[in-house]
Amino acid sequence: MIEARGLSKRFGDVLAVDDLSFDVRPGTVTGFLGPNGSGKSTTMRMIMGLDAPVAGSVKVLGRRYHDLPWPLREVGGLLEAKAIHPGRSARAHLLALARSNGIARTRVDEVLELVGLSAVAGKRAGKFSLGMGQRLGIAAALLGDPAVLLFDEPVNGLDPEGIRWVRTLCKSLATEGRTVFVSSHLMAEMALMADHLVVIGKGKLIAETSVADFVARSSKQAVKVRTLSPREFSDAVTNAGGTVIADPDGSVTVTGLSAPQVGDLALSIGVSLHELTPVASLEDAFMELTEQSVEFRAGR
Amino acid sequence: MTAVLESPATFVVDQPSDRVGLRGAMAAEWTKLWSVRSTMWTLAATAVAVVGLAALSTGTRSASDIVDDPTRLSLIGIFLGQLIFGVLGVLVMSAEYGTGTIRATLAAVPRRPVVLAAKIIVFGAVALVVSEVFTFVAFGVGQAILSARHAVGAQTAIAQHAHALGVKVPPSIKGLVSSSGTASLGQPGVLRAVVGAGLYLVVLGLLALGLATIIRHTAGAISAFVGVVLVLPLIVQALPASISNAVARYLPANIGIVMFSTNHVPDDLGPTFSPWTGFALLVLYTVIVLGVGCWVLVRRDA
Repeated sequence: MIEARGLSKRFGDVLAVDDLSFDVRPGTVTGFLGPNGSGKSTTMRMIMGLDAPVAGSVKVLGRRYHDLPWPLREVGGLLEAKAIHPGRSARAHLLALARSNGIARTRVDEVLELVGLSAVAGKRAGKFSLGMGQRLGIAAALLGDPAVLLFDEPVNGLDPEGIRWVRTLCKSLATEGRTVFVSSHLMAEMALMADHLVVIGKGKLIAETSVADFVARSSKQAVKVRTLSPREFSDAVTNAGGTVIADPDGSVTVTGLSAPQVGDLALSIGVSLHELTPVASLEDAFMELTEQSVEFRAGR
Repeated sequence: MTAVLESPATFVVDQPSDRVGLRGAMAAEWTKLWSVRSTMWTLAATAVAVVGLAALSTGTRSASDIVDDPTRLSLIGIFLGQLIFGVLGVLVMSAEYGTGTIRATLAAVPRRPVVLAAKIIVFGAVALVVSEVFTFVAFGVGQAILSARHAVGAQTAIAQHAHALGVKVPPSIKGLVSSSGTASLGQPGVLRAVVGAGLYLVVLGLLALGLATIIRHTAGAISAFVGVVLVLPLIVQALPASISNAVARYLPANIGIVMFSTNHVPDDLGPTFSPWTGFALLVLYTVIVLGVGCWVLVRRDA
């Protein structure tokens, strides 16, 4: 359980996190979604007591992080990949953390096995790839078998197999009753992993909702259509107030009209459709919600 | 929440206290210190500097040179050793910031003064043991070389005189000449100087640790340390004598020279504090720097 109340953080003139309040509940994966630079990492650091908020507070398991008796046994965090001394082995890195919190040496090898780093546990971590660094960070988070897990952009640098592994891991940790809070700037990734979402932009809360509701709330419903008469069909859609985008694979994506409307329209102009698929446009929903709050946008 | 999470995990080691504390933090610091090669390298380099320069400075003396303080001569490597030792002190803290591990460290032990205290105790204890070993070895090596060279020089001189006079040198004279021009731990101020040299290294290492806690960057902290130890004395020396004589005795480097000299301090140093007064002052500087470091560590975001 994580409870943020009026959390704010200022860096110079920039209000990086602005009056942020949300709850993260146990038993589900909660996605922390926002464009790059929206304040996700800063919020994560405040949860773990590394950055001090200028206003508001955040509690983990009912306490300030600072007051947790054995932090690593209660909260595990992956804040940045490869935050390890390049000359130190993965095992020594984890062993130092374990010893600080009274965690047995045997647990170090357990988590190394769990994340698939046993073979390189004694190697200097400077030679690790970004993906291996992420796995080591996840191993550190799991070290104390904590009830609350914070993962900041855990799939960065991972190959598809690694991404699937993280997804499965997060879900199974949540199924065990833990609180799992995962940040990402990738909506599609969140849709596959999370049940709930905390969406922020420019440090402000935009939405705190379930993934399903988040998508449903979007006005941008898209429909993927395949037809042998794209020209005729496109004109009809445009006349009806919709927008057509040609896709590289020969199909077209229609926005502004619902799937039944598109089907009826095709029938009325006598054009046959070979495919009519409503597309759950998560990226669109995300973009739409965060449009006003994207800090750096290209071409402006 | 499931039952699995509510029962205490089996891998948790029994702890005497009810929360994360100094003991665990010290164990973590010990592991961190010895799991990077830079620790062994800097310690080895300090040993080479301190002991090697003892051999060099004593070995290059010609047999007829008058050595005003054989103890200081054999501990002259402290000048170089303190810089390398300072780098180790800096790295104990700055490496955490340079690599980002400081966030893992502070997440594991959120009470930051405890983290700093653990670093001070672990690094300080290791520093004390190794620097005292280094200085005693340097003293022993230096005096052995001086003794051997003086013996050779004196015997040569005696042999020449004896030859000119046409007399034979009795063998017992060899034992007598070898003890002249060298120091032994029983002589006044010698043991204090050798122990003091080690203590000086320890306190400077902790001063470097304190500077790194404030500055957080390896290069910046090393520069500040070198500035205090090497550059400051040069600046003071360039000042008019009336000012430099009043200020020089407060400089860590000059306090150090007094600490590893016996009773005869070099004249160009000007007025100095007594060894233990100087040491107390040096400890005070270090406590202040570490105190500011602690304040900064607690106040600033990690």
